[in-house]
This record gives sequence, structure tokens and C-alpha cells, in this order.
Amino acid sequence: MSVLVYIQNFGSKLKKQNFEVASYGSKLAESMQCPAIAVVMGTMEDSELEKLGNYGISKTLKVTDEGFNTLINKLFTQVVQQVVVQEKVTTVIFPDNNEGKAIAPRLSVKLNAGFVSGVVSMPVTLEPFIISKRVFSGKALAQVQINSPLKIISLAINSFGLHEAKTVNQIVSFEPKVSVDDQSTKIVDRKIHSEGISLLDADRVVSGGRGMKGPENWKPLEELAKVIGAATACSRPVSDAGWRSHEEHVGQTGKIIAPNLYIAVGISGATQHVAGISRSKCIVAINNDPDAPIFEVADYGVIGDAAQILPKLTEAVKAFKGE
Amino acid sequence: MKLLVCISNVPDTTTKVRFADNQTRFDATGVQWIINPWDELALTRAVDLKEDSNNPVSEVVVINVGSVETEPTLRKCLAIGADKAIRIDTVPKDAFQTAKQIASLAQKNAFDFIICGIESGDYNSSSVGGMIAEFLDTVSVSSVSDIQFQEGKAIVERDVAAGKEYIQMEGNAVLIVQKGFAKEPKIPNMRGIMMARQKPLEVIPANDANALTEYIGFQLPEPKAKVKMVNADQMTELVNFLSKEAKVL
Repeated sequence: MSVLVYIQNFGSKLKKQNFEVASYGSKLAESMQCPAIAVVMGTMEDSELEKLGNYGISKTLKVTDEGFNTLINKLFTQVVQQVVVQEKVTTVIFPDNNEGKAIAPRLSVKLNAGFVSGVVSMPVTLEPFIISKRVFSGKALAQVQINSPLKIISLAINSFGLHEAKTVNQIVSFEPKVSVDDQSTKIVDRKIHSEGISLLDADRVVSGGRGMKGPENWKPLEELAKVIGAATACSRPVSDAGWRSHEEHVGQTGKIIAPNLYIAVGISGATQHVAGISRSKCIVAINNDPDAPIFEVADYGVIGDAAQILPKLTEAVKAFKGE
Repeated sequence: MKLLVCISNVPDTTTKVRFADNQTRFDATGVQWIINPWDELALTRAVDLKEDSNNPVSEVVVINVGSVETEPTLRKCLAIGADKAIRIDTVPKDAFQTAKQIASLAQKNAFDFIICGIESGDYNSSSVGGMIAEFLDTVSVSSVSDIQFQEGKAIVERDVAAGKEYIQMEGNAVLIVQKGFAKEPKIPNMRGIMMARQKPLEVIPANDANALTEYIGFQLPEPKAKVKMVNADQMTELVNFLSKEAKVL
């Protein structure tokens, strides 16, 4: 019996969210009195993989063939399934992100294992297995019971945090019985993000809405983002109007994020927008309308004109950092 | 090319959610139902592809697993431009059961692409698309943000952690799509609404697919502490709050 953690390979590197999933997995394994193990697809140095041992992972199976450097949903599902069988895994944990969403539902069918996505805490009970997840885009929590012997869950990013638990992490190669030259997902081109901080990974986000009054006014917002090391985002009216790229759209149909700090500038706070940001640890709202609904979800609020407030806030942060 | 777009019928996004029977089920009293926003983007693009004769798409079918109460949503899909709607007549308990219903229909009918929104606005499971693909033992591409056709082949754009990847496909796949696939949903026009009445809405019986999970209770989140207001001239104070109190700077 063991708990398996799926470790996403970020260009041969690990990220904080990997350690969070590992922390969750080892905590769960502890309550089930079994080991927490990990699987990693694609090339990664052992020195990098060893770090998983800091978060309670006692064994890591690496699937190093270069053919696994590109996500192929069907193939990756087969590999994880083979690991589950070999290692007698009872619970599999994925990150609730693009890659987790690509593989976990497929694995659920392959293993006939109930799957609950976007969980935010440890199970309420293990027998029966009941766990909480967010539903209705964060407007409620649900308790879901998994009725199959094998269980799959995906953990909402930034919901559990890091919990160190030093363990010796044994790294072994895993040779899956699959055809690596799978041609079903033929990549013909790639565009790599080069600049800026990726919105989905960002610890801090500065976001602009219609109250910014036009794309020409974004400079002070970008300045603030740069000074605090934040990604930039926007609300839907802004991306619909073409002021900013739709890649920056945060909200229900756009990106759903959970940074530690979210600064909403000139964003009124429509339900659709709040659905995309409500899991942020701390929300600051800057708006000239004291009745804007964004103040109902914000931790800190400032009433006033963005054009005047943003430079002052940037200066205050610089002073705080001693620049 | 035939496209099948999977449609979830969800409460309007602005619904104030409530639960009934000792917080064990969603209270649908007075709720307005809509096409799941992500599925609406999927349908919008599917219809656009069909209407542009440069593309090989000839037919768009929508499917929903649900009771007769989801039919107004399917009619709206027809008004937006789908050619045909199918309703599998059962109220599913979880994504697994939903996916198995759709997969068994897709097995008997050849669709070149099955398209699902990446998430539904009610249970936020992000599961049905991947599950259908596995039931059909076919390829799935997730986080799809665009599709273009070149010489009869589809070039599908997907978001990955490092950026974007472009995948060439000839069909026989499930696409799980997000914003970008379409940017804004299509609004049905009067002609579309009139025509929708003539279009077929086929109801087929459900198979005996089981569910693996069940929702046993719901809670509303704790009310949030009241916002702390900071004077617009006191940004140093705000920075102090963020570093010392919230510990996020």
C-alpha cells in the first residue's frame, strides 16, 4: 500500500507547487500509515529529485526517456497506471493544474478509480473516504465520498502549503511498457514564454480593470508589478476591449489563480471575476467607487484614482525595500 | 467533419447558491440555467468553423446528459447554430457516469472531434473530457486555446507550463478547450431562434453506467472579515499591513 504523488516536470526543474503536492501526499500517507512515493516523467537530474525527500517522499520513480519530455495525455496515463499496479498504490495525488487535468480523469477511467478534483484539505474521514472540494466556482464547499477501492484526487494549488518532513528519497528508474514513439500527439511548433512571470505560477499578481480607463495607462501598474515581483493580469472587459491580451484575463472563463497577494486596480468585482481570484490569500482593492463589490471580498481597500495611487504605492514599496 | 460538443447545463454564474435537505443537495428553486460558459465558447468556435467554408467542418452536434429540464439549454445551443441536439435521459451523479454515457453514444456514431469545455461552473470537476477519451481509448488534448485547419488537418494550440504547443491532428480525438478557442460567446439571433424550433432534439435512454463518487454534503464558506480601508495618501501604511499583518510582501 502506498500514496503516489504525480510530480510535474517543469523543464527538468521542480517548483514550489511540486513540493506542496509532495507535502500533502506524505501527510496523507502518514495518516494511512504507508509510504509516500512520487513519479516524474521526462529528464531531471537526481540532485533535483532528491529535494522531494525534504517533503516526506521516500521513493521517486523516474521515467527518463526523452520521449516523456512532452505531455501526451494517453501515454502518460498508461505509465502512471503501470506505476500504480507495480507499487500497490491506493491513492494518487495530482496537482490541480493543466497537466493534472490532462491525466487524472483518464487515469480514473483506466483504473476504475473515483476522482475528486480541486481538493483543498486533508480528507474528512478515511473510511469511508470523504474529502472537501470547492464547488460553484468557490461559492461553496462540498464533501465528496469516493466509493471505489482506488482513489484519485487533485490538489488546488496554494491550498495546503509546504510542510517539511526530511526523509531519504530513494531514486529509481521506472521502465514503462509503452511505445515511446507515440505519434498521436505530433507537435509541429512551440512558443516558449520568454519574459515576465507566468500568471499561473505567480505568488503576486497586479490586475487592472475598466477603471484603468485605457491601455495607455498601464505603465504605473506594470511598474508596481515589477517592484513587487508580480505578474500582470486584467479583468474580462479589458481583454474583450483588446486593451490587454486575453492571456491575462483572470476570472471565470479566463485563468483561475490563487496567489498570495492579488492587487485589483479599477476592477469592480463582478461574480465572474471573483470566481477566478477568490482563493487568493490576500486581496487588495483600489477603486474610486466605494460601493464596488470588490471591497466585499478584499482584505484591504483604498478608495481613489488608480493613476494617483499606483505611483505612491510603488514608491512606498521601494522605500520599504530600502531602494 | 463532424463535431460533437458536450454541453453542461449549469446555474447562472451570478446565482446565490443555496442547499436543501439538511445541506445535502443543491437547491434549484428560482435558479436560472445557462450553457456552461466554457462549453458555450466551445460551441461558438465549432459553429464558426462550420460557417466558414474554408474549413472541412460540416456538422455540429451538441449533447447533454440530463433530465427534460435541460432542454431549454439545448434549444439555445441549436439557436446559436448547432445542427442537432442529443439528450441522454438521466440525471448523472458524477463526471464518470456522465462521461460513460457520452462515450457509449460516441462509440456508435463517428465524430471527428469531441469538444468539451475545460470545466463546468457547478461542480468544477474538469473531468468529463479526459474520461470520454479514455473510455474511447483515443487521444485527448487538454487546455486547448485555438484550432486552425490547414489542408484538411487541424492544428491545435494548447497551453503548457512553458508556453504554447501546436499539435497536428487528423481527428478521432477529444479536445478539452478553454478561453481563446473562442473569445466571446455567440449570442443567438432571431433567425437562429426561429430555426432552432425545426432542428432535431433527440432523446435517448441512458445506459446503466455507475458513479464512483457521490456528493454527500455542502457548506457555504465562512463570511470574510470586513475589508480594512487605508487612506489613499497612506500607502506606507498599506505596505506595512501587507508585510507585517498579511505577511505577503
